[in-house]
Amino acid sequence: MLEVNGINAYYGRAHILHDVSLGVGGGEVVALLGRNGSGKTTTLKTIMQIVPPETGSVHFDGEAITSLATYKVCRKGIGYVPEDRRIFSNLSVAKNLEAGRLPARAGLAEWTEDKLFKLFPNLRERRGNLGHQLSGGEQQMLSIARTLMGNPKLLLLDEPSEGIAPVIVEQMVRTIAELKTQGLSILLSEQNLHFARLVADRAYILETGSIKFAGTLQELESRPEVRDAFLAV
Amino acid sequence: MGFYFAQFLTGLASASALFLVASGLSIIFGVTRIVNFAHGSLYMVGAYLAYSVVNWLPHGVFGFWAAVVIAALAVGVLGAVVEFVLLRHLYRSPELFQLVATFGVVLVIQDAALAIWGPEDIVGPRAPGLDSVVRIFGEPIPEYDLALIVIGPTVLLAVWLVLNRTRWGTLVLAATQDREMAAALGINQTLLFTSVFFLGAFLAGLGGALQIPRETISLLMDLNVIAEAFVVVVIGGMGSVPGAFLAAAIIGELNAFGVLVFPQVTIVLAFLVMAVVLVLRPQGLLGRPEIHAHAPAHVREAPLQPFGHRQRLAVATVIVLLAALPMVAGDFTLVLATDILVFAVFAASLQFIMGTGGMVSFGHAAYFGLGAYGAALVVKHLGGGMVSGLVAAPLAAGLGALLFGWFCVRLSGVYLAMLTLAAAQIVWATAFQWQEVTGGDDGILGVWPPGWLADRTAYYYLALVVCCGAILALRRIVYAPFGYVLRGGRDAPLRMAAIGIDLRRHQWFAFVIAGVFAGIAGGIYVYSKGSVFPDELAIPRSVNGLIMVLFGGIQTILGPIVGALTFTVLEDQLSRLEYWRAILGAVILFVVLIAPQGIVGGLARLADAVTDRSMREAER
Repeated sequence: MLEVNGINAYYGRAHILHDVSLGVGGGEVVALLGRNGSGKTTTLKTIMQIVPPETGSVHFDGEAITSLATYKVCRKGIGYVPEDRRIFSNLSVAKNLEAGRLPARAGLAEWTEDKLFKLFPNLRERRGNLGHQLSGGEQQMLSIARTLMGNPKLLLLDEPSEGIAPVIVEQMVRTIAELKTQGLSILLSEQNLHFARLVADRAYILETGSIKFAGTLQELESRPEVRDAFLAV
Repeated sequence: MGFYFAQFLTGLASASALFLVASGLSIIFGVTRIVNFAHGSLYMVGAYLAYSVVNWLPHGVFGFWAAVVIAALAVGVLGAVVEFVLLRHLYRSPELFQLVATFGVVLVIQDAALAIWGPEDIVGPRAPGLDSVVRIFGEPIPEYDLALIVIGPTVLLAVWLVLNRTRWGTLVLAATQDREMAAALGINQTLLFTSVFFLGAFLAGLGGALQIPRETISLLMDLNVIAEAFVVVVIGGMGSVPGAFLAAAIIGELNAFGVLVFPQVTIVLAFLVMAVVLVLRPQGLLGRPEIHAHAPAHVREAPLQPFGHRQRLAVATVIVLLAALPMVAGDFTLVLATDILVFAVFAASLQFIMGTGGMVSFGHAAYFGLGAYGAALVVKHLGGGMVSGLVAAPLAAGLGALLFGWFCVRLSGVYLAMLTLAAAQIVWATAFQWQEVTGGDDGILGVWPPGWLADRTAYYYLALVVCCGAILALRRIVYAPFGYVLRGGRDAPLRMAAIGIDLRRHQWFAFVIAGVFAGIAGGIYVYSKGSVFPDELAIPRSVNGLIMVLFGGIQTILGPIVGALTFTVLEDQLSRLEYWRAILGAVILFVVLIAPQGIVGGLARLADAVTDRSMREAER
């Protein structure tokens, strides 16, 4: 469904991503693991064309999306939930959701405000609150819900477990599992191997901008030296 | 009692027109972050168009109001076209480019209006059905004023509903806050921004069209209204429509009652209110503090390289050539060359505060003009000679910068730029209105150098020595530790604070230095012209400085000199033509679109891109 082929990305003269290739299949949950500054966020931004890659290509559903405008990438069916949530703090929860709304996609059930409130019950009672009045966990939920309003086929989640309370992390695990059963593909970046183990089918490890490992979570388990070299703090 | 109430209503009526212009400006700024200098031009076009359409439609109530709406719609389309052709390409550029580009639009529209409607002021028609007065507490109140008082809040309500009760409004507010995130959510911002420009321009056009029964229509309407509209937007909070309304009411009333108390200083009053509001509440009355986290990517600056032997040789050669110029050039060329030297210093001082200091000044003419007036006043009132005049020039400018800088360095970004503009307008208004001291509009005449310098050649040498010295001194400051502090503070203010540097004090000092050097330029200028007028302090002079910096490229130290040379020669050549403003405007737009890093910066960037690419290829 998503194929990233040999992308190189730069910030000015700094070479951030070196020939990164990865793929996500239909209905799959894939984790992109790596330490702080290893290039996880940049990889996701490159897919969204927020940071267009200098070389290499990104294909989605067999179609090249490299050099498309970001909004068009989104309309092709890729939803992006940024690391720092970036909810519209001056808008209410309901309006944040409205801002993310896009027409339903053929063959997929349409997300509605009501369905999302079932997925994230905390948001229902906060419907009229402004974004900046929410807690960190609520903001994370709103950010995911807002992206789901665009009815994506593939969800890019940047560090969904970062900076939220353990009880919310558990809820996040259930949510991701729930989204998976509904047929959504997910690529998530994580530093937390434990969290990835609970939700992901496969994993890539990114270190200083290159892929160092690709395989299933079980394979990763069986190679503690890889884990220690690239993930241990 | 009745009189004061009547005055109150007059204030509200003018507030309505001001609100319409300012709200459009505010909406456009809120979403696109563009400070649209051409907004006043849209207002002016609205007035002219309404006048033409009224004459064309059958006379009557319907004809008048239909003309107002048609004119406003046409101006809305004009705004959308300007966005589509020009501004769309500048969303990621620094404020300077956007401002200068919109000023290019001001020039083009001004000449277009001159060509279509002619240079004479036009008295508009009265509004049919609303052309008499009603008596309230015995005072006559024009019916049309009452209509305006109703229209203002009605438009406020309508705009508020559109922004807060429609999907379009939600998307606009979302994009206002975080453009990158809005794009990631599939929002097509190109379309959104064009429609925002349509709405903003429509409101400006409406403001202009509604003004025709109250005000004569003239080619001065654009810059007259824009300064006041800026003040309203800044006081109300940029991006806040209710804030614009509140601020327009305050300014309207201030003008209405200020006239009774200090008839001479109403303009100053408005800017003083703005300065006080900005210092106490930097984001404006109803504005929200700026979120800097997701600012668009900034222009990357190459590290400054000290001159090597070859460059030193080149500089020495240029100076020798300049010194040899009088042997070949006539008086006329020497006058032009003196102007270029003066403006090179002026532009260099502006580049210093903007490029090195990271503080965008929209009102740098204040210090140039203070220098010129400082020297001229010493001659006129104290009977001083040229030496005391040339000492007084940087002193006056430095004192002005010391005063205004104290306020300005408390702000950053667009708000700082607006405050510098306000400061310049205060100085301008003072020079314009304080007839007894400054001669007002008539200026100060007879400021000539003593006999031994009266010769053009002799004065050229004086200008050459002073200006080259000033530029080299500025350059020295940039490379001194003080310059490092400024550049560090520009790029990473928090880190500078963390290593124990009082950045604000350094910036204040930098502001004063920039003022002093602009003052030196002003001093040399006044003795070469023999006179000074308030024009030297006005907005166009400030913008000329910005254009020079932009022509040269903002992040290069040689840039301002090249920019001053290009601009001064260009202006000299063009001003002989009939529609020279439009041509100059077109040149500005061309440079902004084609070489957004300026002439020197463009060449440097070209070299940079080549090395970048070869570096990456070598890596592979």
